[in-house]
Amino acid sequence: MELQIAWFFLWGLLWAVFFMTDGFDFGVGTLYPFLGKSDTDKRIMINSIGPLWDGNEVWLITAGGVTFAAFPQVYATMFSTLYTPLMLILFALIFRGVAFEFRGKIINNSWKKFWDIFIFLGSFLPALLFGVAFANIFQGIPFDGQGLYHGNTLKLLNPYGLLGGLLFVLLFMQHGANWLNIKTTGDLQKRTIAVSQKIWLVLVPVAVIFLVASYFYTDLYTNFFKTPVLFIEIIITVAALLSMRFFIAGQSYFKAWFASALTIVGATFFGIIGLFPALFPSSLDKAFSLTAYNASSSPLTLKIMLGVVLVFIPLVIMYQAWSYNFFKHPITENDLNSEETY
Amino acid sequence: MDPVFLSRLQFAAATMFHFLFVPLTLGITIIIAYMETKYARTGDKIYLQMTKFWGKLFLINFALGVVTGITLEFQFGTNWSRYSEFVGDVFGSLLAIEASVAFFLESTFIGIWIFGWKRLSAKAHAGVMWVIAFASNLSGVWILTANGFMQHPVGYTIRNGRAELTDFFAVLFNYHGILQIFHTLPSGLLLASFVIMGISAYHLLKKQHVEVFTRSFKIALVFGVICSIFVAIIGDLHGVNAAKNQPAKLAAMEAHWETQTRAPIVLFAIPDEKNERNSIEIGSIPGILSFLGFHDFNATVVGLKDIPKDERPPVLPVFIGFRLMVGIGTVLILLSLYGLTRRNKLLESPSYLKLMVLAIPLPYIAMEMGWVVAEVGRQPWIVYGVLRTAQAASPIEGIQVLISLIGFIAVYGLLGAIGFYLMAKHVKQGPAGSTI
Ligand code: HDD
Ligand code: HEM
Ligand code: HEM
Repeated sequence: MELQIAWFFLWGLLWAVFFMTDGFDFGVGTLYPFLGKSDTDKRIMINSIGPLWDGNEVWLITAGGVTFAAFPQVYATMFSTLYTPLMLILFALIFRGVAFEFRGKIINNSWKKFWDIFIFLGSFLPALLFGVAFANIFQGIPFDGQGLYHGNTLKLLNPYGLLGGLLFVLLFMQHGANWLNIKTTGDLQKRTIAVSQKIWLVLVPVAVIFLVASYFYTDLYTNFFKTPVLFIEIIITVAALLSMRFFIAGQSYFKAWFASALTIVGATFFGIIGLFPALFPSSLDKAFSLTAYNASSSPLTLKIMLGVVLVFIPLVIMYQAWSYNFFKHPITENDLNSEETY
Repeated sequence: MDPVFLSRLQFAAATMFHFLFVPLTLGITIIIAYMETKYARTGDKIYLQMTKFWGKLFLINFALGVVTGITLEFQFGTNWSRYSEFVGDVFGSLLAIEASVAFFLESTFIGIWIFGWKRLSAKAHAGVMWVIAFASNLSGVWILTANGFMQHPVGYTIRNGRAELTDFFAVLFNYHGILQIFHTLPSGLLLASFVIMGISAYHLLKKQHVEVFTRSFKIALVFGVICSIFVAIIGDLHGVNAAKNQPAKLAAMEAHWETQTRAPIVLFAIPDEKNERNSIEIGSIPGILSFLGFHDFNATVVGLKDIPKDERPPVLPVFIGFRLMVGIGTVLILLSLYGLTRRNKLLESPSYLKLMVLAIPLPYIAMEMGWVVAEVGRQPWIVYGVLRTAQAASPIEGIQVLISLIGFIAVYGLLGAIGFYLMAKHVKQGPAGSTI
């Protein structure tokens, strides 16, 4: 029982960390065609996430793997019912990954332009689709007791689903712009700062609409009303979102980036707390919903995995933090001259 | 449109494509780490050039390995959801452990290696490559342990309609998985050494960058000799193990129809599955199959006819795959041993160098064929003796799978072509800044 609850929140945490880390490189990729005026700008943008994006993406693999290990039935049902959007995400990620590596390998404009498309699409599409997918999960997915899907992929693009997609895209763009504020200098930095301020102006109303719409379209607030202290979670998230503006204005770019990181984790946990104890609710009948209690692995597996996660995830966080710190310096044109850049 | 069949095709295409890039990563990281350590110890610039040249090749290859791996991690859920529900309790944890102990280490340190040249000391930078080599091979250990469970399930019990873990250590120390680890990881090193020797031979034939490529060749040769022999020895144990645990696979590997003592091995045959015999059979040597399977010339080997029809794997691909793998394994041993005698007069051995260039595809073919033997030979079971492949697929529409399958083939075809083109381009250019 406690094990299952612990795993439910660990599961949520892994998705949250994935959105927080890969989120800013998705954001940088989404902003890429708009901010990257010259090839130098573009290369600075790519190299600002160059050493980090792959390590960030492993959070997705781990979130998937942990779903498989701790809640196999959720892994099976979630990914087979959401087959098409997941495949689209995977293809987008494939193209994005090779685009970073291939783009600079041939010095030719149309070659570079070709890969530029995929750096953008490979970042924008996953951001959008993860948002759409999670907003639909918040509403419930039409699957039955056998895990059979009774919906239609296009129906995922309902108003609340699209709103979720928009929210994710904006959150990640904000997070990415905040990262670029740290990693750039000069003229490019001026533009990234201006953009980070503009995105914020759109993000805040969208976030508010999402919070209100969640009340009408989903049951996410039920748990909050049952235990009102939980509203603190929403308040912290909103405070982080609001504080960002002041950090950017005060040129505290690191703080602004931490604020957007916290906003993303908070937004994810708003959903996770609201879903509890369901990981994958069914919209056909509550009895079909997959929950922490009816979809988990055996206690032995949960215990072993808890041991593994408690030892290795803190270690991962330690060396990834070290690596972030190692690469936090701004990138200048000068840095691009060395051959070990993208 | 049968989603099971399409999912099988898709899984096979995706894994086999992934495995075009995996083995080079497994092996070349070790060899590069060795070269870079030499540089850090001696300060000899030639070693630095070697590190950078092979390092670049590795990075292009690595990018393709990474992106093709990500799709695999999710395909168990998308296409094999019944399987995932059934074995997730045992199998899922192995994948999750792989990600949290190996992939993180690998991907984080790759970033540091690529971008850290200026900001790390030579020794620390070489150390980073050792971490990458360790982590890549560690990821192999976990995924092969997972595959080992599918080949020879242990440490579980059927409860609540699924396989539940009862003994984690039995799963970890599964003999089948250990054989796979000690066969596959050294094959990766073997493949990498043949790639390095082949590319070095190409430049040596043109007498360019002689110092860089002579040294590279000699380093790779040592790994080639050791690994080619080691892989064959473990391969032999694999055969013995199959005879004991998966008799149908062994029988298919040899197109062996009749149960008999002093079972022969045939050098060439064309299996005829409908009529349960070989339509052509040439060069049958009695007793050898009994010896390979049981290390006893008189042992009885079960023939396919004594295995129920619905428990037999497809014979032809397994049979051909096995012959190709073993044939290539033998050629690689001979080429490495001969190389030992020519190692100090490489420039005077153009025919040997030409052979080594031609040999580059061979370990790739052996690797792919090895998986065909292991996976097709396991059919019709997805978890041997416990769950059939036909029961394992997701309840999804065939058309969805068809579309994604076409997508996989198109995208992988395109990216694979570009990737190999870029690698070839880099190889032809040769090491930057090298004049000797
Ligand atoms: C460079 C690659 C390479 C080479 C030279 C060989 N193999 Fe291999 N073989 C593989 C690469 C491989 C592989 C791809 O790594 C497999 C697939 C699964 C595994 O564990 O290893 C494999 C599987 C595999 C199997 C099936 C295992 C099972 O039951 O699942 C057998 C019986 C052998 N091998 C035997 C041999 C023998 C007797 C060789 C003698 C020279 C040999 N292999 C060379
Ligand atoms: C842990 C590692 C692996 C697992 C868990 C695994 C699992 C599976 C599964 C679920 C299938 C589909 C069922 C079927 O056989 O039709 C399959 C098929 C297949 N896999 Fe693997 N596989 C693994 C590694 C590999 C690798 C690395 C390769 C080769 C590159 C490979 C080659 C194949 C082939 C050729 C098939 C098709 C068999 C057929 O259609 O009859 N496998 N495997
Ligand atoms: C069928 C099961 C398999 C799955 C689900 C799988 C999954 C993955 C994933 C998700 C990655 C990307 C990691 C990253 O982003 O850094 C990856 C890469 C890798 N995998 Fe696999 N893999 C499979 C089979 C194998 C096998 C059998 C081996 C080795 C024996 C292997 C060895 C590697 C290595 C060395 C990498 C590093 C990237 C590269 O290929 O260069 N994988 N795999």
